[in-house]
Amino acid sequence: MHSVGISLLIVFVVLACILGVASGLIWLERRLLALWQDRYGPNRVGPFGLLQVLADIIKILMKEDWIPPFADKPVFVIAPAITVITTLLSFSVIVFAPGITVVDLGIGVLLFLAMSSLGVYSLVLAGWSSDNKYSLLGGLRAAAQMLSYELFVGLSLMGVVMLAGSFRIADIVEAQRGLWFCGPQFVGFVIFFIAGLAETHRLPLDLPEADNELVAGYHSEYSGMKFGLFFLGEYIGITLISAMIATFFFGGWLGPVLPGLLWFIIKTFFFICLFIALRAALPRPRYDQLMSVSWKWILPLALLNLLVTGAILVSRTT
Amino acid sequence: MSDPPGIIEELQGRFGAETVLVQTTRDAVPTVWIGADRVGEILRHLKQEISRPYGMLYDLTAIDERTRQNRPGQPDSDFTVVYQLLSFDRNEYVRIKVALRGDSPSIRTITDLWPSADWYECELWDMFGITVQGHPHLRRILMPPWWKGHPLRKDHPARATDMTPFTMPQEQYIDYEEQLEFRPADWGLQEHVDNADLMFLNFGPQHPSTHGVLRLVVQLDGEQIAHVVPDIGYHHRGAEKMGERQSWHTYIPYTDRVDYLGGVVNNLAYLLPVEKLAGIEVPDRAKVIRVMLCELYRIYSHLVFYGTFAQDLGALSPVFYMFTDRERLLEIIEAVCGARMHPNWFRIGGVAQDLPEGWDRLVKDFLQYMPARLREYDGLVMKNRLFQARTKGIGVSTIEEAIEWGVTGPNLRACGLEWDFRKKMPYSGYDQFEFDIPTGQHGDCYDRAAVRVEEMRQSLRIIQQCVDHMPPGPYKSPHPLTTPPLKERTMYDIETLIDHFLNVSWGPPIPPGEAFFGIEATKGNNGYYVISDGNTMSYRTRIRTPSFPHIQTVPRLARGLMISDLIAILGSLDFVMGDVDR
Repeated sequence: MHSVGISLLIVFVVLACILGVASGLIWLERRLLALWQDRYGPNRVGPFGLLQVLADIIKILMKEDWIPPFADKPVFVIAPAITVITTLLSFSVIVFAPGITVVDLGIGVLLFLAMSSLGVYSLVLAGWSSDNKYSLLGGLRAAAQMLSYELFVGLSLMGVVMLAGSFRIADIVEAQRGLWFCGPQFVGFVIFFIAGLAETHRLPLDLPEADNELVAGYHSEYSGMKFGLFFLGEYIGITLISAMIATFFFGGWLGPVLPGLLWFIIKTFFFICLFIALRAALPRPRYDQLMSVSWKWILPLALLNLLVTGAILVSRTT
Repeated sequence: MSDPPGIIEELQGRFGAETVLVQTTRDAVPTVWIGADRVGEILRHLKQEISRPYGMLYDLTAIDERTRQNRPGQPDSDFTVVYQLLSFDRNEYVRIKVALRGDSPSIRTITDLWPSADWYECELWDMFGITVQGHPHLRRILMPPWWKGHPLRKDHPARATDMTPFTMPQEQYIDYEEQLEFRPADWGLQEHVDNADLMFLNFGPQHPSTHGVLRLVVQLDGEQIAHVVPDIGYHHRGAEKMGERQSWHTYIPYTDRVDYLGGVVNNLAYLLPVEKLAGIEVPDRAKVIRVMLCELYRIYSHLVFYGTFAQDLGALSPVFYMFTDRERLLEIIEAVCGARMHPNWFRIGGVAQDLPEGWDRLVKDFLQYMPARLREYDGLVMKNRLFQARTKGIGVSTIEEAIEWGVTGPNLRACGLEWDFRKKMPYSGYDQFEFDIPTGQHGDCYDRAAVRVEEMRQSLRIIQQCVDHMPPGPYKSPHPLTTPPLKERTMYDIETLIDHFLNVSWGPPIPPGEAFFGIEATKGNNGYYVISDGNTMSYRTRIRTPSFPHIQTVPRLARGLMISDLIAILGSLDFVMGDVDR
């Protein structure tokens, strides 16, 4: 009974924290971008403009819940929920610090991969059900981009799994006690980072949205809280990928002096900021360029990485 | 007019003096009248048969001559069609005029000779009701399809108050809506193509990357572009018609709004031919002030181009940095003109005011500040690998194609032709300045951007020379037609006082005649062809803008590429819809 209580507590605290962080990120991103772009950003509502997020949420909730008459209604409604649900479910396997996790699954990595694959449906279905040509193009791009990069997310993690000898996330972190995997698995880290960028469809790899080309891509027809869910899903996604990078390649909660949880938060936060910095710095590649890079460069590289890691491991054991 | 130029003799020698009638104009552009039946033949001769040919159809327009009083020695004409050609080998224009009679005149198309004549001939039909026989797709191009009448005809009202009150009954509303419905055939597009599954995409007029109210109908094969058809006219404000209604002086603010990023450059393009008609020689100080302001606006316009082009390709930050720089520039412009985007600061015979105290410090500060910023942007934008991957080899145009399609300015130089009207046909004292003409090699999106970036550096050089050598003296000409005249001249005696009173209240009466001048504006060659009937208002004001032909080349540049490339091409051409639609 006692352990169930603790588990429930963790679930709610994690849920509250993630939703809080995700909406806080909106403020953080706007302020950081503003800082780097020589402007102010939101600084009017509350101290440092912190309450801007609250004002935005109130606004977005108050908006008319508009569904275009030509849309495929049930799918149109379900699509934005999928992205939020899948990303939130992925958080269940993350180990924030020893013992602080929702479920300590033996196949934690696989659950994360499965959930991020399901996330694609959100974009594709949204693009399809909107019955808008811009949304359709966005949905098509999303399908192609995310399916191909999905592959590399898995492949880039296999090196880590081989080194740790386990799919359990807690084991993977423990295996990094001597040396963080960003060292031996540097190639894997870079590929995972790029793939994560594509998975969360953030600039420079935001081709499904590409507002300069497709107006707003797959979510052109969405407004109000349904749009808000896509927005939220994107920020939860950034947090998730950053947390995963910290876990798989930068030793999760491991670190000197400070408590483990704090180390985990610091590392995750660092990668979130890196995501935002990339958005401020880079232009967007073209759709076919993105695809050709993925299949001609990243795939062979990921396979090679796997091969070399395997060979080294085998030579060590024999 | 000085000694007769060679081309007239060549034409008269070839076709006979009775076929080719010569007209003398104030601007000394060789001008001849030919019969409507000889147009195709003579234009073909000029384009293809003579040595040093006239490769570019620079402009094609018309004049409604029916109420014109002063046209001595010109053939009888109700509507005159004017072809203006430009030869790069001769560095010379030629103007071919064709007299048409009757209320519903018609003329043969020249689209077989110059494909770029397409839109110009549509404009002939739209604005003057001149039927163009043999045109592949004659349609209203600037006005909506249901418009009654042809706006640039003299009998068409210029103000809404001259028309019956506007009403929109329900059935008319429905009728208009139906006319706006998309039918591929109206656009010269096929609905079904064998062996392909094509999709129509309506792109604009409200789209983040069309830089104004431009509409493109795109036919897509997946994301690949099969056809693009631009639809213009959403920004049409009747600038040419207003020229016939405003006095010569009060038309200046309207020019600001044609290329609304060009500011005073528009004023200059308009005033040069007007001053030519009036016979005003602008004093040196005014010339240098004009050059300095024009170059400031060139940088201003190119900065907007640079930032928005980078943004079109997905780079979020550059546009913010560049708008900060633009703000610095605007500080100078505000201090000088008191306005920002629409300065309305040049006057017939000079500029509105002398430079304010401390102007040189402002400009020097900017000259100190800007080069470092440009260097930073090189790293941020031009040297960025992703930026290069998106722009190199995209939207390629050769010099020949560019000339064929009437492309001028940085877009032409990007193809590799070193041609800058500031150097080739100097005006306002540009021949006294030292600067280089940057060119590209490939004529692609990257080169178009690179040329503009380098032009900003050259403009800084010119501004530096303006600061170093600003001549003393008056900022306005003492000529009686200078409007408004220098104050001390108005108080001289009763004659000057009357002059001042009349020129300000009615506007200056400009002597009858025709004059044209094309300058190197921010986007390309912007030329005003003004005709005076000896009145306080212009009889006809033709604005030849660079953006109009540039937009017409979009389908040619974009065919077979991706949607993302179309965005890059639109961004790289640097057009302004006010400049296209006038």
